[in-house]
Amino acid sequence: MMIEFPPFAFFYLAALAAAVLPRVPRQALMLAVPVASCAALLQLPSDLLVSMSILDLQLEPLRVDRLSRLFGILFHIGAFIGIVFSLHSRDRTQHVAALAYAGSALGAVFAGDLLTLFVFWELLAVSSVFLIFASRTERSFGAGMRYLVIQVISGVLLLAGALILYGQSGSLRFEHIGLTGAGSMLIFIAFGIKCAFPLLHNWLTDAYPEATPTGTVFLSAFTTKVAVYALARGFAGTEVLVYIGAVMTCFPIFYAVIENDLRRVLAYSMINQIGFMVVGIGLGTALAINGAIAHAFNDVIFKGLLMMSMGAVLHMTGRINGSDLGGLYKSMPVTTTFCIVGAASISAFPLFSGFVSKSMVMVAVLEEGHPVVWLALLFASAGVFHHAGIKIPFFAFFAHDSGIRTQEAPTNMLIAMGIAAALCIGIGVWPWVLYDLLPFAVDYTPFDGSHILAQIQLLVFSAAAFAWLKVAGIYPPELHSTNIDVEWLYRRLAPRWVQQTTAASRRAVDATSRAGEGLGRNLMRLVLHHYGPDGTLARAWPTGSMVLWVAVLLGASLVLYYL
Amino acid sequence: MQEKRHIFDSKKNVKRVLKALVVACVLTAGADIVYHRHVVHPFEALWGFYAIFGFVACVVLVLLAKEMRKILMRDEDYYDHDD
Repeated sequence: MMIEFPPFAFFYLAALAAAVLPRVPRQALMLAVPVASCAALLQLPSDLLVSMSILDLQLEPLRVDRLSRLFGILFHIGAFIGIVFSLHSRDRTQHVAALAYAGSALGAVFAGDLLTLFVFWELLAVSSVFLIFASRTERSFGAGMRYLVIQVISGVLLLAGALILYGQSGSLRFEHIGLTGAGSMLIFIAFGIKCAFPLLHNWLTDAYPEATPTGTVFLSAFTTKVAVYALARGFAGTEVLVYIGAVMTCFPIFYAVIENDLRRVLAYSMINQIGFMVVGIGLGTALAINGAIAHAFNDVIFKGLLMMSMGAVLHMTGRINGSDLGGLYKSMPVTTTFCIVGAASISAFPLFSGFVSKSMVMVAVLEEGHPVVWLALLFASAGVFHHAGIKIPFFAFFAHDSGIRTQEAPTNMLIAMGIAAALCIGIGVWPWVLYDLLPFAVDYTPFDGSHILAQIQLLVFSAAAFAWLKVAGIYPPELHSTNIDVEWLYRRLAPRWVQQTTAASRRAVDATSRAGEGLGRNLMRLVLHHYGPDGTLARAWPTGSMVLWVAVLLGASLVLYYL
Repeated sequence: MQEKRHIFDSKKNVKRVLKALVVACVLTAGADIVYHRHVVHPFEALWGFYAIFGFVACVVLVLLAKEMRKILMRDEDYYDHDD
């Protein structure tokens, strides 16, 4: 009989081994792990629930169904591509962290109960933060600490919510939750933080661009997609998600247009893409959920590809700001081509992967009667082409020649990008391979004349708008700058408030102690005046005056006696 | 040694790309006349809806983002020092 070996175990064991193995065996192990683990996953029965009980708690550490299996396969692909991309690195810390991080993501999607989910939820945070710290700069340390604090808060909210639900129902099973009370609300916010809901999103754009060139590739694959999975499992059909998702698609594109750091542009565009998934989950119909999940699948690959192309640029030139780059197509033509494939995929060009998944969500939005949300999503679709589809390749590889002359990225990086690019085109041309894995049966034709024409019109005219704005000199130049976002509240306002409050209280304390000192000094002076060595009461009085005063007192008592 | 001239070093090639884009615009917008798109919502049935929407959306996006810079933009090392 086969033992059900959970997929995360392969990665955790490999992480332990990678901590001690020398470089070459470590590389071999890292390449073998996703392949072996994925093969083992495909051997597992398509419906499986492994239960155990610990201290009267019924836990399900391994649950395989269509939804978790799809994310499982996706994370294996993402891990493999990321590993190939980072193979040249000599940094052991990053290799160990990446393996543990991938394992945690797999553990989370196969968790059948909320307690197991919580454990992997926190392990995701703790393992991934080392990919940010690994940049070994002061900036990355600060960003990593902020990232860690926010992720851990998300985990604590999840645990609190799970305990409240457990108290109400006596069960920890992770099934559909829905917004029904305080416990479910806490879990919703916990998922929302990891999913980068508006106002809770800033950890992503703060931390991801500070990670190492290879670390960002792993980061962009796992954390937010675990959150999308969790939302799809727990909150499918929750209407508020439609509106939250619509906001997520729209606001980041404005930031993306004016952001200079090209990896930060991609981080903003990631929130925009997750927005489409959140809308689909909120609608909750079979078509919408399928679209959301398929888009999550494609996003890991095309966003990974774009992150890799920018990682390659950063690795080769040491620069990532749009204002410092340009003209790199001359020295990195292969990377340029891969980047354009990623850009075409995220922009949903027909025959590229984004087209076959995003259009499912778009159609579902209209069918469910949300025309305003649909217009917002259409705006965001034009916008994503504008900032991720055009801006990223244009400013990095074309635009004005920055004078940088470098070489093509290392072979392992090119292979990783090649695999991702092949998948982007493969899924774009044969989407049925992906559709067969989706949770619901797919009754949808992606390649229909009306859709294709509409999408091409949208994209061609968006490109025309970019070209016109650029030629007319209206397009805002790339500038060295920081754009303030929600993080301003906790990086500037709150510290300043704390500083001011402590300064004010220190002043108050000082004033009080000064006043107290003054009071004490006066009191002491008074005491000294009366009791001091020269004080009135301590003076050596002449005997005569003593006798006089005794006589006065006696006389007074005599008078009182007679009265 | 003279560096090799690359494709976009010549202004003519850049112009060619722009011309190709204009041709693509005309062709795809023109396709709306001959091809009847099936629609779910009445918006979509308008002639050239996607083309006009795409163009206007991008222009509005960029102009608004430019205005946002006036409020949001700070020095690159804004968070590195306190004042």
